[in-house]
Amino acid sequence: LAPWVPVVGLEIHAQISSNSKLFSGSQVQFAAPPNSLVSFFDASLPGTLPVLNRRCVEAAVMTGLALNCSINKKSLFDRKHYFYADLPAGYQITQQRVPIAVNGSLSYSLCIDNKMSQMVTKTVRIKQIQLEQDSGKSLHDDRRSQTLVDLNRAGVGLMEVVMEPDLCCGEEAAAAVRELQLILQTLGSSQAVMAEGQLRVDANVSVHHPGEPYGVRTEVKNINSIRFLAKAVDYEIQRQIEELENGGTILNETRAFDSKLGCTVPMRDKEGKQDYRFMPEPNLPPLILYDAKSLPANMNHQQVVNIDWIHERLPDLPSVKRAKLVEQYGILPEHSFALLNEDGLTEFFENVVKQTQMKPKKVIGWILNVLLSYLKQHSLTVKESPVSSFMMADLLNLLERKEISSTAAKQVLAELWKGEGKTPLEIVKEKKLELIQDQKELEQICQAVIDGQENEVIMMVLG
Amino acid sequence: GLCQPVWRFQVSSALKEGHVTPTELCQRCLALIKSTRFLNAYITVAEETALKQAEESEKRYKRGQPLGVLDGIPIAVKDNFNTAGIETTCASNMLKGYISPYNATVVQKLLDQGAVLLGKTNLDEFAMGSGSTDGVFGPVRNPWSYSRQYKEKSVPKSHSEDEESNWVITGGSSGGSAAAVSSFTCFAALGSDTGGSTRNPAAHCGVVGLKPTYGLISRHGLIPLVNSMDVPGILTRCVDDAAVVLGSLAGHDPKDSTTIQDNFKPFELPSLPDVSKLSIGIPKEYHAPGLSSEILALWSKAADLFKNAGAKVIEVSLPHTRYSIVCYHVLCTAEVASNMARFDGLEYGHRSDMNKSTESMYAATRREGFNDVVRGRILSGNYFLLKQNYENYFIKAQKVRRLIANDFLKVFGSGVDILLTPTTLSDAVPYREFIKEDNRTRSAQDDILTQAANMAGLPAINVPTALSERGLPVGLQFIGRSFQEKQLLTVAKWFEKQVKFPMIQLEEVKRHNHGIFQHQKSASFS
Repeated sequence: LAPWVPVVGLEIHAQISSNSKLFSGSQVQFAAPPNSLVSFFDASLPGTLPVLNRRCVEAAVMTGLALNCSINKKSLFDRKHYFYADLPAGYQITQQRVPIAVNGSLSYSLCIDNKMSQMVTKTVRIKQIQLEQDSGKSLHDDRRSQTLVDLNRAGVGLMEVVMEPDLCCGEEAAAAVRELQLILQTLGSSQAVMAEGQLRVDANVSVHHPGEPYGVRTEVKNINSIRFLAKAVDYEIQRQIEELENGGTILNETRAFDSKLGCTVPMRDKEGKQDYRFMPEPNLPPLILYDAKSLPANMNHQQVVNIDWIHERLPDLPSVKRAKLVEQYGILPEHSFALLNEDGLTEFFENVVKQTQMKPKKVIGWILNVLLSYLKQHSLTVKESPVSSFMMADLLNLLERKEISSTAAKQVLAELWKGEGKTPLEIVKEKKLELIQDQKELEQICQAVIDGQENEVIMMVLG
Repeated sequence: GLCQPVWRFQVSSALKEGHVTPTELCQRCLALIKSTRFLNAYITVAEETALKQAEESEKRYKRGQPLGVLDGIPIAVKDNFNTAGIETTCASNMLKGYISPYNATVVQKLLDQGAVLLGKTNLDEFAMGSGSTDGVFGPVRNPWSYSRQYKEKSVPKSHSEDEESNWVITGGSSGGSAAAVSSFTCFAALGSDTGGSTRNPAAHCGVVGLKPTYGLISRHGLIPLVNSMDVPGILTRCVDDAAVVLGSLAGHDPKDSTTIQDNFKPFELPSLPDVSKLSIGIPKEYHAPGLSSEILALWSKAADLFKNAGAKVIEVSLPHTRYSIVCYHVLCTAEVASNMARFDGLEYGHRSDMNKSTESMYAATRREGFNDVVRGRILSGNYFLLKQNYENYFIKAQKVRRLIANDFLKVFGSGVDILLTPTTLSDAVPYREFIKEDNRTRSAQDDILTQAANMAGLPAINVPTALSERGLPVGLQFIGRSFQEKQLLTVAKWFEKQVKFPMIQLEEVKRHNHGIFQHQKSASFS
């Protein structure tokens, strides 16, 4: 059978972390009472006008810079029209003609095998980043035949990150999105928590034979976690391959991922073939950004967004942080990935290192293999860890000074985990886990054992 | 012409000096509104709140602390401006009963100056039209229909015909505001101007109608027709008053991102304006087909007036004028289709009882809420915005718009200061004549002399000039450079002084307003 080449392109909507919405002053807040964060503009009251939120622009510029994009010094806003209950104005304000950032790239890493012992770096091209409004939420109550509309989310700022179709499978998609998530969280431009809807991923999937044109693509929506993203993409690739190999065709349709069944299903035909009738947003002049060169001398600093100023203040991106960790502590690259992958873990690790004589190369094993697995087992975050970095360091010092064995250390950790407030030393004393260093004492113990097992000793000596 | 008294009574100083109180003034206006109800100029009369505002104003005057020239002055506002607590309908079923929770910026500014808001005036539905005849509350009647000047000149064709069927339109779409000012029920009114909607009815009703430069006055709270062309319009009985109102409204509004940032300085017009150093341009394309010979003659006379005063008067060309109507049609309907998309019955306004599905509810709501003029423009606009049509229609129209704007830039750049043109093709037609053609045809005809200024965002003003043979007002238009309202209004004031437009002889006005209006040429408040 001829091989298939899967093609995966992602469209990611990241909710901007800001106090107020993209074009109005109402608050941005998760899980507030329905329709409690709705300004006149959000409700589309006639006569209201959009006013651009500066913080949202800065967030988009930061993100664009972090993704190696060209920032467009002049970008435009457009209206995208469609009717839906969660879109009060009957159009969304977006950037269709000239978005704020274009032509970037995102580097991410994959493990060759599942053991994280060999990592390879890949790149996916970023087509563009655009600013746009989020819609409200609608809930369908089929029993009472009604739709409930909550506009709290209507008008919240989004950055839509459009990737070129450079990915080829679920694993790559997951890794790329994970890296993007870390970048956004590092920048603070989005909290990017998928479970809270702050990061939404739609996957465009198609397959074709090498050398032939790209196949018809489907759009997969309703993906609620990175894990499900990988599953959804892989399932869809497989589905398409099977369909085509059985002589069928792929429809250019939108499909939803059903996490319970682990498959994609055609979505209710929400809009049919839509013509969005894009039109320039007449109430917003072009967005002009400046850099050090183009900034006029008499311009009010408060009134402008300076790209260079933002660039200078970018924090270390995850890739830079990882490289620094590897260099500083002599740990492996895959270790640095694992550290950054868990919120707060790097800080924990560094705190332990500071407070212990054990070499970082050894500490890392305890953090990643022992502590982390405990946390995962109990579904706890690093912040919620009953074992503090101080206690951990304390424990590792005992180990390092050979006062306890490695097995004993694990036992102590198990006790510490109960969070009863005892120190490692107290637990060691309690459970008599001290390593015995005295030669004579050891001989006495061995002798006692041998004395108690005469027959077994004779059998052993004889044969 | 009529013999004109030289002395002009100024209401503001009358208030200051206690010759009349704000409450008295308000009550007289309210009474006059009642007795001119047949004009159908007002949709909502806010009697209670107006009297309260008058009371507050009175207290301030008693303390010797009026807020300014506008304190206590009764005004009216076109019903497409949001007014908190007072119904805002846009003369449409879609917004019947809609009480807005906020004031438009211009309304708030007037209230902050102590103005007394008498009510909301009638218009074409959603400001679409040039007659103020297509709103759900019925047409507005031009007060001049009932003037002695008109009655003297009109010859009834038969006995069965009476003045009831002979009344003429106000023009539109701000007809209610124009009629309100013309009939002395208020001292100033807000209109809106997208293609001439303030200047057109101003011309037909014999009042001053100012269209400011786009971006000078905030549109926040003005329910939009075409966002890129709409401006709040000012209707008054004299140019000085327009300057005062402009002074209180202009300036940057952070709530409207299309207002310019520059600081605006309110200005006073010179009491003796001088036009001798100016260059007046006469654009030849404004000699449009259908222009009445009367108006042509007046236009020519006006040009002579300027010449005789020492101004340089030259013929100029704005070659793309003839494309402006078709260009406007594309851009206007496209924006209308977009702006009307929010009217779905969900959050506010009319909601149909149809509830089989969201889509069917939307469709029924919009069919029931909008008249056929609005629906027609929505359909056209959506057509032009379709992907396959966008380039050929919308983009093309934007390019033509640029050419039209450049015509003006060229002319103003060549040394011309002000353009002088007619405002309308003829005087006001009788309602029964007007409705023989549909809204689209009428709009295309009537907007031809006013529309281009909106395309280019330029300031323009109608100044009442003379009465026609039928005894109805005719006005002429001045178009100025961007943000040069001071120069524009100075020229307008000079012209106003020259022509001495007669006061309307209206029975109801005479009856209600002895002391204040008796010896008025035109009652001003400034």
